Amino acid sequence: MPEPQPIPAAPPLVEISDLRFRRGGRWLFDGIDLSVHRGEVVAVMGPSGTGKTTLLRLIGGQLRAHSGSVQVIGEAVGSLGRRSLYALRRRMGVLFQSGALFTDLDCFDNVAFPLREHTALPEPLIRHIVLMKLEAVGLRGARGLYPAELSGGMARRVSLARALALDPELILYDEPFAGQDPISMGALMKLIRQLNDALGLTSIVVSHDVEETLEIADRVYVISQGQVMGVGTPDELRRRGSEWVQQFLGGLADGPVPFHYPAPSLSEDFGGGAS
Amino acid sequence: MIVRLRQLGAGTLSATTTLGRAVLFLLRVVRGSGELIHRPGLLLRELYSVGVLTLVIIIVSGLFVGMVLGLQGYYTLVDFGAEQSLGVLVALSLTRELGPVVTALLFAGRAGSALTAEIGLMKATEQLAGMEMMAVDPERRVVAPRLVAALLALPLLAMIFTLLGIVGAYLVGTSLLGVDGGAFWSQMQAQVSFEDDVLNGLIKSMLFGVAAGWIAVFNGYDCQPTSRGVSRATTRTVVVTSLVVLGLDFVLTALMFD
Repeated sequence: MPEPQPIPAAPPLVEISDLRFRRGGRWLFDGIDLSVHRGEVVAVMGPSGTGKTTLLRLIGGQLRAHSGSVQVIGEAVGSLGRRSLYALRRRMGVLFQSGALFTDLDCFDNVAFPLREHTALPEPLIRHIVLMKLEAVGLRGARGLYPAELSGGMARRVSLARALALDPELILYDEPFAGQDPISMGALMKLIRQLNDALGLTSIVVSHDVEETLEIADRVYVISQGQVMGVGTPDELRRRGSEWVQQFLGGLADGPVPFHYPAPSLSEDFGGGAS
Repeated sequence: MIVRLRQLGAGTLSATTTLGRAVLFLLRVVRGSGELIHRPGLLLRELYSVGVLTLVIIIVSGLFVGMVLGLQGYYTLVDFGAEQSLGVLVALSLTRELGPVVTALLFAGRAGSALTAEIGLMKATEQLAGMEMMAVDPERRVVAPRLVAALLALPLLAMIFTLLGIVGAYLVGTSLLGVDGGAFWSQMQAQVSFEDDVLNGLIKSMLFGVAAGWIAVFNGYDCQPTSRGVSRATTRTVVVTSLVVLGLDFVLTALMFD
């Protein structure tokens, strides 16, 4: 009887290999590897200015890497033409930090926008879909409000409903918790995790809100200084992460990232009396 | 000296690069504007925004410019006993020069600045980036309808400006200064050529429409995505459009009328 062939593991939905990207005279990413499998919620964390949002832009094809490869849903993003890139983007959704809602449209029309642009669905059907998406984020009742009338948390939830409008396979979240009150933060955390599981999505969450992100992530990448400083499940990182990762996750003031900015020695500054 | 040379070189390089970006941008937008045939609603909305909402300033300015032209023209012509030619003077001034040029300058101040500010703010608030990530090309969806609307609106506005200017001059000439109404219209009809004067004026205003629209949408799209960046881009639109319109007017006048 022939040996049963092992089922090959599905390739990652997002695979970044040896990514190098330069900005402002320095390497923002200097050989980063990252993979995200279907169904996962993967968090990308790191200090401010470390390039987390840039990484999302590279995945979304808004920026091109200087070297290395960015594969998203089987496509090499860096080498795609406009048409193919737009076809790929229809399979992903992005939640911007600002929400990026169209200020001249109300919530309903914001969520309907991608449907009207990309489909020829009749208006009654669009209405049903939009109300379903708004219901999923708890804002069906806010359909007539304009972005200026929404709180920050509500704006992000409407933006999330819009990102879900075309039923994407992959959702990119850019700092979803930044500047949110505890209730909004809790609502967003619940939504990210539940929508990912219920709709069979794959999510990449870029954030530096440690506790909230670790609570919903399946795996975490911690990046800094152009390198991946640690990768693993939240528990693994908490228990076995490097000293740098422990400092970052614990929010410790001193450690591998020193509290004091490099300076001449104390005796040099205070002992001699000269400045 | 070396520093000055370096600054001059850097400035020239920057200006050339911006011009190159602007030309490529225009080509992409023009290529994408074909889709408007299938979505006339987008174009109509922008025509309302840049055209209809500019009507008030065009109507009021046209009337006053015509009235002033009537007064000044009369005072000059009456010295030569040629006041009955007021209609010709006003009509030629408006169709050939003042109509297209003043309309373009007013358009830059009212609609051009609004276009730049609107697109710039959309960029600063990541609405354009959001659109791109929804696989909707902002150059086709946002920029193309605005550019085409500017191109169509400006000649129409210039015609309205010219007509109202003539009406203003007629009112002042006949009711205040005693010019004969019949002479006003008949001399105008006899002396103003459709091909040489009206058509050339129309061509001028169409070219000004391209320039004003292009400068406005490019400055908005290319601005720094900050409040200061949007503010500077808006100012730049008005200044650059005014200078380009005046310079272009000289070139076109030299080519068209001899």
